Amino acid sequence: MNAINELSFEAAFEELETIIARLESGELSLDDSVSLFERGRSLSEHCQALLDKAELRVSQLTDDSPA
Amino acid sequence: MVDAYTVSEITVYIRRLFELDEGLQDVWVEGEVSNMTRASSGHWYFTIKDAEAQLKCAMWRSSAERQSFVPRNGDAVAVHGRVSVYEPRGEYQLYADRLRPRGAGDLYQQFEQLKRTLEAEGLFDEERKRPIPVFPHQIGIVTSPEAAAFQDVQNVLRRRFPLAQLILSPTLVQGADAPPMIVAALERLNARTQVDAILLVRGGGSIEDLWAFNDERVARAVAASRIPVITGVGHETDFTIVDFVSDLRAPTPSAAAELVTPNIDDLRADLRDRETYLRDLITDHLAGLRGDLSVAQRTLGHLSPAGRIRILRQRVDDWNARLLNRQREHFSRLRERLESRQAALAAANPASILARGYAIVSLSEDGRRLSGAEGVKPGTGITVQFHDGDLKARVEDKESHERYKRTLF
Repeated sequence: MNAINELSFEAAFEELETIIARLESGELSLDDSVSLFERGRSLSEHCQALLDKAELRVSQLTDDSPA
Repeated sequence: MVDAYTVSEITVYIRRLFELDEGLQDVWVEGEVSNMTRASSGHWYFTIKDAEAQLKCAMWRSSAERQSFVPRNGDAVAVHGRVSVYEPRGEYQLYADRLRPRGAGDLYQQFEQLKRTLEAEGLFDEERKRPIPVFPHQIGIVTSPEAAAFQDVQNVLRRRFPLAQLILSPTLVQGADAPPMIVAALERLNARTQVDAILLVRGGGSIEDLWAFNDERVARAVAASRIPVITGVGHETDFTIVDFVSDLRAPTPSAAAELVTPNIDDLRADLRDRETYLRDLITDHLAGLRGDLSVAQRTLGHLSPAGRIRILRQRVDDWNARLLNRQREHFSRLRERLESRQAALAAANPASILARGYAIVSLSEDGRRLSGAEGVKPGTGITVQFHDGDLKARVEDKESHERYKRTLF
């Protein structure tokens, strides 16, 4: 698994969905379910944090940008 | 009496006259719009007039929906359709199927021609439309840096989804140079692999101002774009060719920015819901495991040797008790036998025999006990021992008898 801090919002959100799906299936050991839950919560917090500090970045291509 | 027509008959006759005239069945008429009415049914009713005359017009919904602009009262327009008679009112009118602003005639013909061509090629097909990504990371925008539309899009993105990165691919958006520049701007964005969606936007303007977006080169570049394109050109009522070709048509530039992004407030709420759900899931899961555990514990309890040990111990106690009983019985039998022997022994005690009145006789000279008369001569001294004392005596006579063969001792 990737370090959560390096995940993009989309990646973190997607993994959160995967974790929820796995927890929903219920076929998990105690260890796995607890660590999945912990990771899910961290992912969710990471997503919130990304939203909190997000600032629209605007850049401009020029005519001689590599095509 | 002359044969008279009914009103219906003569009206039908007149209608047929109109309809037999080919010139009236495919005609363009120019005039100024008045009494424009958009009925709730979707049909349009209006009148076009000039200084000397007026003509009633009706456009059915199926045609009205396809028009690129909605005429307003006072607009100079050219209307295409067929002239016929509305029998219930006995009025002739123009059943319109196409409508364009007057003066834009050439442009409109170009527009219609290009639209038909591209539609025939299948470039407007729904199956060609690609889905717009839910979380666009990089959003390309093709417009003029000076355009209000560019500011509008930035404002919407800041408010809704500031996680996005907006990449402007600048271009002119009107004038003869605009179409090739727009094409180049689209290609520049398509050369970047990470762009998730492209906004092709321009604010409102006259039909001539928007004309670059009806250019065939631009339309084909939009169709060829590897990246989904969302168009937001002009105002709500403006339709351009690129709107038909693009993957999604938004009524305005701001709307295009909204359609391409999720709302950050929705996202936050969604994340909160997910977190709550996640918590519920783990709680349920742990409760499930706890339940399994207690079932296992109960089962284990049933299988435990403790019960068996209890049963065995009880059996041992049982045997123990039975053993003690047997032993007690055995002892008491032994005691009974002992007592009967003791009684017999007591009965055999010489003292008790003497007590019953018998006597022991022995020779006085050596104390030898006599058990019978045999061998004892008269004159022999004997001792007769009673229970309470001895008598010294001498035998006087002797007589033998056979009656008692046995003595007690």
